[in-house]
Amino acid sequence: MNVDTLVMMANQIARNLAARGEEVAVAAVAEHIRDFWDPRMIKALHEAARDSLEPIARAALTRLGDSG
Amino acid sequence: MGYEPQADFGTPEVLSEITVTLTIDGRPISVPAGTSVMRAAAESGGSIPKLCASDNLAAFGSCRLCLVEVDGMRGTPASCTTPVAEGMVVHTQTPRLQRLRKGVMELYISDHPLDCLTCSANNDCELQDTAAQVGLRDVRYGYEGASHLGLGVDSSNPYFDFDPSKCIACSRCVRACDEVQGTLALTMDGRGFASTISAGQSADNFLSSECVSCGACVQACPTATLQEKAVKEIGKPERAVITTCAYCGVGCTFRAEMRGEQLVRMVPWKDGKANRGHSCVKGRFAWGYAHHKDRITSPMIRESIDQPWREVSWDEALSHTATRLNAIKAQHGARALGGITSSRCTNEETFLVQKLVRAGFGSNNVDTCARVCHSPTGYGLKQTFGTSAGTQDFDSVMDADVILLIGANPTDAHPVFASRMKRRLRQGAKLIVIDPRRIDLVRSPHVEAAHHLPLQPGTNVAVLTAMAHVIVTEKLADEAFIRERCDWDEYQDWAAFVADERHSPEALEAVTRVPAADLRAAARLYATGGNGAIYYGLGVTEHSQGSSTVMAIANLAMATGNIGRRGVGVNPLRGQNNVQGACDMGSFPHELSGYRHISDGATRALFEADWGVALDPDPGLRIPNMLDAAVDGSFRALYVQGEDILQSDPNTHHVAAGLKAMDLVIVHDLFLNETANYAHVFLPGSTFLEKDGTFTNAERRIQLVRKVMEPANGMSDWQVTQALANAMGLGWSYSHPREIMDEVARLTPSFAGVSFARLEEAGSLQWPVNAAHPDGSPIMHEDGFVRGKGHFVVTDYIPTDERTGPRYPLLLTTGRILSQYNVGAQTRRTENSIWHDEDVLEIHPTDAENRGLNTGDWVRLASRTGETTLRALVTDRVAPGVVYTTFHHPSTQANVVTTDYSDWATNCPEYKVTAVQVAPSNGPSDWQRDYDAQARQSRRIAGHAEAAE
Repeated sequence: MNVDTLVMMANQIARNLAARGEEVAVAAVAEHIRDFWDPRMIKALHEAARDSLEPIARAALTRLGDSG
Repeated sequence: MGYEPQADFGTPEVLSEITVTLTIDGRPISVPAGTSVMRAAAESGGSIPKLCASDNLAAFGSCRLCLVEVDGMRGTPASCTTPVAEGMVVHTQTPRLQRLRKGVMELYISDHPLDCLTCSANNDCELQDTAAQVGLRDVRYGYEGASHLGLGVDSSNPYFDFDPSKCIACSRCVRACDEVQGTLALTMDGRGFASTISAGQSADNFLSSECVSCGACVQACPTATLQEKAVKEIGKPERAVITTCAYCGVGCTFRAEMRGEQLVRMVPWKDGKANRGHSCVKGRFAWGYAHHKDRITSPMIRESIDQPWREVSWDEALSHTATRLNAIKAQHGARALGGITSSRCTNEETFLVQKLVRAGFGSNNVDTCARVCHSPTGYGLKQTFGTSAGTQDFDSVMDADVILLIGANPTDAHPVFASRMKRRLRQGAKLIVIDPRRIDLVRSPHVEAAHHLPLQPGTNVAVLTAMAHVIVTEKLADEAFIRERCDWDEYQDWAAFVADERHSPEALEAVTRVPAADLRAAARLYATGGNGAIYYGLGVTEHSQGSSTVMAIANLAMATGNIGRRGVGVNPLRGQNNVQGACDMGSFPHELSGYRHISDGATRALFEADWGVALDPDPGLRIPNMLDAAVDGSFRALYVQGEDILQSDPNTHHVAAGLKAMDLVIVHDLFLNETANYAHVFLPGSTFLEKDGTFTNAERRIQLVRKVMEPANGMSDWQVTQALANAMGLGWSYSHPREIMDEVARLTPSFAGVSFARLEEAGSLQWPVNAAHPDGSPIMHEDGFVRGKGHFVVTDYIPTDERTGPRYPLLLTTGRILSQYNVGAQTRRTENSIWHDEDVLEIHPTDAENRGLNTGDWVRLASRTGETTLRALVTDRVAPGVVYTTFHHPSTQANVVTTDYSDWATNCPEYKVTAVQVAPSNGPSDWQRDYDAQARQSRRIAGHAEAAE
């Protein structure tokens, strides 16, 4: 998968949910990705350079990893 | 059914709770107060002669044939303009009336060609019938006097002729254009004997006039004055079949009027609840593609896309395809396979395609063209209301006091509903238009928007948040409704967010370019003007914040209490005929039919038990993800039914790269479309005239599609999918689409009460149809939201990443035109192209002048993604800095220019915002020439002359 595209998508989700406050947003981003992304996309995002992820997206990805 | 004209009760139905009883020709009858005597007589089985009356037009009282006698009333009143009264005693046939009617009829006939035997309306002519009805036996005035018999025929319209010599000046056509269509293109020109129907100005003919060819005048004409060319050529129909249009999401029902296997004409069905007897130029006339020479009717295969196609038998095509699919699955795994369902195909066909992908391929890689149009609607309305669908029926607009239209152009894209909307606006409802373009509804005959907010493309959320700011800070919210129906705490959070000064119209004016005072006035009108109804289209959804905009719309409706009753609501105007249905049927990769998530074990278990196979519990790939994964090598095979992603999806280069990377592309379609240039298997499709099934329109209305002729390829589309499934070893045995709908019903709670038998009985049903709503649900959320409490969602305005700059200073937005449909595969193969034979670029006079451009000049349209060329149309319909085009023609390929940016929640492409530059050009670009050459190469069929695209 094109990692740049996935990073852009994850950051875009994070920016659109950020107004809910960081804690809620992190959970919401993780839930959104889990609900709508194919597993290979999540796997590729995990393998991406996390530096390019914005903080909420990065935290959401960590949470996704934690929850399997 | 055999051929019978549709019943005509003479004047419109009146809805009144007060009943009046009268006596007509000795028979008592009770009708609603306000009903005309003419209609009452018709409802009691009588038939008063008439020529100027029709039950879809207001009574006119002109022809003087419908005279009656009423006890105690002087004279002989016209029954069409005389309302019933309690105890009234009416006589419709007396010697006096007979004498009067004959006299009137003599005058009509004295100026009418007596060529009945060779007239195209012979035996289907109201004038002929009425002459017989009144007992006309001779004409005392002779035929030698001045007449109109020598007037020439206007054949300029491709679908119907106007023969003024046969006109009886009843004005039905003029009134139909005024009252039904709302275009007001026709007029009665001249006075007295010189009276004649005129389209547009005196120098115009029908083609050059404002006429939109909806056919309402043709349908209204009682003679052969306005008649379909097809009837002239073929003759009077001999049978009629009720079916549903396969163009836009309005879902008009038509009588397909046939002679043998030949379709003579499509006539809008008066009992159709979506269209109420009206039609547009596409559904009424543009069905010739079904017999176009480009249609492919034999299956074809090839090993690689640089080879010519080879026609093969169905058995060979299906066996080859199944073998290839199974091999790819064995080598790369189930998740390397996927499919795309079609919003042009029936519910039953889309259900089978997604079932084939989930149960046969073994993945959830199924998506549909709603991905690129209304997927944000599904997401946004599910989040806020709990249901992925609009809230109203179309009739509801007649109870609206304020109509808020955002990102939609109904007169072009949903013309039959637009006519209903215009009727309501002529009655006095107020209109707010939020659109970068000055669409026709901003100002057209007898319609003028109270407010037009010409926002900068990409700022929908900012505008709606500013409107919310006004409603909250000026205390215009419906607090009682919110407390009762919504989550109050969430509302308070949302209200605090929108009330922030940074969301005021004044603060956002620099972003939205909407004058703050105009925006405030519009917000006040929506909140306080009575029933407020929001209608929206792809100008809302096809943005990087499409889902946020849908939720912002829902927020506004909840905040003002405009939900849960007639005249209000949130109404997505769906693009294609069965977008709603395709979504309902489980075409998205994350959910099964009825919008239930694939990860839900209980739902999955239901399907697994029914289908006898384990399902993948994880979401699959969406269309853009499939293309990415194809380039990456993890997605290898795609089955595309009735969809042309190469032309319709954004960033054509990327789509082509994805398709080219796949091992197997199976296109199932009527024509060798653009996607087929990259296909290895072509399975010929069937038109909506050749199949049984159901479509679900924008108001959740499920309607029957009935086969009127046998499929040219030998199989309806559901049969092709079943044959492919069985070639893969799935063992399906549906004998009729009704059995597929039975399966949908037993697996989908919102469809539990749906069956073909129920649809036959009811005519149509709006889901949910279940134990709680056995007759369906015209209005949603009447007693509470489906999700429980209405959910206010904070929608922060996030500017798109697509930015203008020195190299690309203009914003391109795309849309549709009345005469063409989507990628044009159907309408380009009809006479509709006479109105629109190429895509053009609308550009503001200031921007054109800066570039030295005039209307008709070739221009190069370039973005960061690609470039194309097309001709310019200089117009102030677009604002400075904004350009606009359509995407109906593959020779233009507007999507070469659009980008990969998409909605954050659904990946719906951001078609509506692309930064571009426009410059003079000498003609088609190198890319266009190369593409044309490649397409011609790809469409070769062994043993045939070159196939047309």
